[in-house]
Amino acid sequence: MSIRIASADRQLSAADVAHNFAELHPALTEAEALAESARCLYCYDAPCTQACPTHIDVPSFIKKIHNDNLKGAARVILDANPLGHSCARACPVQVLCEGACVMLQQEHRAVAIGRLQRHATDAVLAQGWKLFSAGAPTGKKVAVVGAGPAGLACAQELRRAGHAVVVFDARKQPGGLTTFAIAQYKIRPDTALAEAKTILDLGVELRSGVQVGVDLTFEQLERDFDAVFLGVGLGATQALGIPGEDAAGVVDALTFIEQLKTRPYGTVAAPARVLVIGAGNTAVDAATQARRLGAAHVAFVYRRSEDEAPAYGFELDLAKASGCTFHWLTAPARVLVEGDRVTGLECVRMKLGAPDASGRKGVSPVPKSEHVLPCDLVIKALGQSKRGDLLRQVEKLQLDSAGRVVIDEEGRTSNPRYFAGGDCVNGGKEIVNAAADGKRAAGAISIFLKGT
Amino acid sequence: MAVDLTSNLAGIVSPNPFWLASAPPTNTYGQVARAFDCGWGGAVWKTIGQPIVNVYSRYGGIDLGTQRLIGLNNIELITDRPIEDNLKEMKLVKKRYPKHALIASLMVESKREVWHEIVKRTHGETGCDGFELNFGCPHGMSERGMGAAVGQVPEYCQQIVEWVKEVSTIPVITKLTPNVADMTYPARAAKRGGTDAVSAINTINSLVGVDLDLMAPRPNVAGKGSHGGYCGPAVKPIALNFVSSMAADPELQGLPISGIGGISTWKDAAEFIALGCANVQVCTAVMHYGFRIVEDMCDGLANWMEQKGYQKLTDFQGRAVPSIQKWENLDLNHFIRAHIDEATCIGCELCFIACEDGAHQALALAPKNGKRLVEVKEDMCVGCNLCSLVCPVPGCITMRKVENGAPSVSWKQHCAGAGALAPRPQHYNTVEE
Repeated sequence: MSIRIASADRQLSAADVAHNFAELHPALTEAEALAESARCLYCYDAPCTQACPTHIDVPSFIKKIHNDNLKGAARVILDANPLGHSCARACPVQVLCEGACVMLQQEHRAVAIGRLQRHATDAVLAQGWKLFSAGAPTGKKVAVVGAGPAGLACAQELRRAGHAVVVFDARKQPGGLTTFAIAQYKIRPDTALAEAKTILDLGVELRSGVQVGVDLTFEQLERDFDAVFLGVGLGATQALGIPGEDAAGVVDALTFIEQLKTRPYGTVAAPARVLVIGAGNTAVDAATQARRLGAAHVAFVYRRSEDEAPAYGFELDLAKASGCTFHWLTAPARVLVEGDRVTGLECVRMKLGAPDASGRKGVSPVPKSEHVLPCDLVIKALGQSKRGDLLRQVEKLQLDSAGRVVIDEEGRTSNPRYFAGGDCVNGGKEIVNAAADGKRAAGAISIFLKGT
Repeated sequence: MAVDLTSNLAGIVSPNPFWLASAPPTNTYGQVARAFDCGWGGAVWKTIGQPIVNVYSRYGGIDLGTQRLIGLNNIELITDRPIEDNLKEMKLVKKRYPKHALIASLMVESKREVWHEIVKRTHGETGCDGFELNFGCPHGMSERGMGAAVGQVPEYCQQIVEWVKEVSTIPVITKLTPNVADMTYPARAAKRGGTDAVSAINTINSLVGVDLDLMAPRPNVAGKGSHGGYCGPAVKPIALNFVSSMAADPELQGLPISGIGGISTWKDAAEFIALGCANVQVCTAVMHYGFRIVEDMCDGLANWMEQKGYQKLTDFQGRAVPSIQKWENLDLNHFIRAHIDEATCIGCELCFIACEDGAHQALALAPKNGKRLVEVKEDMCVGCNLCSLVCPVPGCITMRKVENGAPSVSWKQHCAGAGALAPRPQHYNTVEE
């Protein structure tokens, strides 16, 4: 799909921008779903299922789609992965289920597992099917901190087990980064919210706009609940630590993406020249969407080379296909500001050195390589900070040196009443990892509660 | 080397062995003329006979995956056009296409004078090259004592063929129904009656499906249905078996066969000819894709014949018949074993689960260096072929001869004490005591 870009003599219409934000992987038609499901070989002990962090029985649900049992297919998916709607759209399937598909060897094209999953889960929302119900009441109460994918997955499983569940979230709406931070061409907020509603409809109480640790202490939670699940995610985007960073023309990637997902596209600033600092998946999301908003020039600034870029290869390919360019081995030194307007980014060139103990190559600045990249907007995508300050409020909660919650294989923390999962544990991974964590922790919570 | 596709069925010569079977594609002059223009060698006109009336909603299909119509079922009767129109158009076809075979398919009530009348009138008014007696249709007409109701009773077959032969001056083909246990009986009867050839198979009695909303069969007419005639690719194995039973029957030697049943490609046709057929007839594939499919049928058959060094159809006609034997004559000491090519295996493990659950527990999962692989337990494999049949990768699983040093011995010989069995694979005892 070609992107329509604004120019000096052409403003983008709302239709142009809507065209730019069309879904990357649209819904399958009935005929497509039949044909694609027929391609699945129904592998035994299937590699796709093994590759999925939630171990969805992929051949089973695809067979059900093919056999005209869409409801059964959806139940297989959402039983394994309560965030199956989001994951169908936002999972990096190329490196998970579809990357493991044997059809890659057979026909150089994997079965479109993600899109088939969407085909089944979309029907749940369209038909209003209630696939699960709350279990018989156990009399136990669990607090879930964070209504992101980890918290929601945990909440669904806890309700199915019959526990009372209250989910706390600082935002007004549930879903966490699924609702607010995934590229718009992958998933719309509507879908994430509809998915959250299917979980809340099991009888989960959502207390939104409540910041645990600020509005409510962990002591209060411990008083009112038998167990607590921490799915608090990560904090703000890390600072650059360079002069000019506070200028109005410098925005962090998550804020930028949230704006375009929650406001009319036309109200989100995407001037002609945009620089994105970082080369991770969020940087790609920000850059490709700046292009889709109409920015004429979008370039990445990254201190290492393409080989070291943390984004998935297919995401970098998407950025290239979206017309973004790259300044590899380039580090920002100073944001240039005139009045209240950003005019450029002063950078230095870097060179790669020998790999360090972790195998990652070091970088060092090239002397006298300062140069200016003119720009109108700087988007910072340096990764999110950990939430040590919040988490240290919980007694006896062990964090690792990077500020992540330490858990065992079942999601138990060092504090017996606390369980955790998602980004606050893994430092920032996919929705599907958070969903797997939350679901697994719910199992551990149920076992814990039986003993209380 | 030029390949000659000319076929000769009981004296009826056509430019190639591909005829249209008597069915909806041969209902009108326009269709048959288009078919001949596309390259069909002959056509058996849709059956003419007593006036009938058809229902609407006549066909039902079954699909497999995305492949539509692996089987087709119909409850349509013989032609519902006036006999005068049919005869006039057949005459026009024969005039315009004198070198193509034009066969009149007939079905009338079982009365000598009625058969005499239709035979004389049809040949007289059309100049057709032969007759095909429709003793096959299993639906509708059979309720009125015609079609399969005749074909299922050898005496009736013989009687009607005799009546036809009394007046016919052109070759007579008897079309047989597969809705019998053993087709050699009606075929022998037809031969006794003097038929010049047989054609088989007609459609198989079937109920193609049930509409689960209407709780009625498919197709249905205002919510009610009736059993119909089944055809299409799915019936080919059944047709091949009937054809081979006649080709191998000592009493039927020399009786030409026109092969019918699920023929869609040149390869299907070649198989029927290898089992003794002089030509083949096609219907469902044309109903699915149109007359144009004949081009590749001729082209593919000619290319294959050229590659094999066959110059004419009779060079390979019937060549597979001697290899069709009773089970008791098969060699019990001929051992084969599955061989899995690790290089091309894609790791779907379908062979494993098929063998484990569905056959003889002779495969084991054996991942190697992170690659999913399956291993053959040599002492367990009975060479059944199942793994190679489910494997999606062409050539990955091959069945290879196992040299056991044992001389060939059949069940018949073994029972007669004429040979020893080689040691068989040992099966695990799976019963837990």
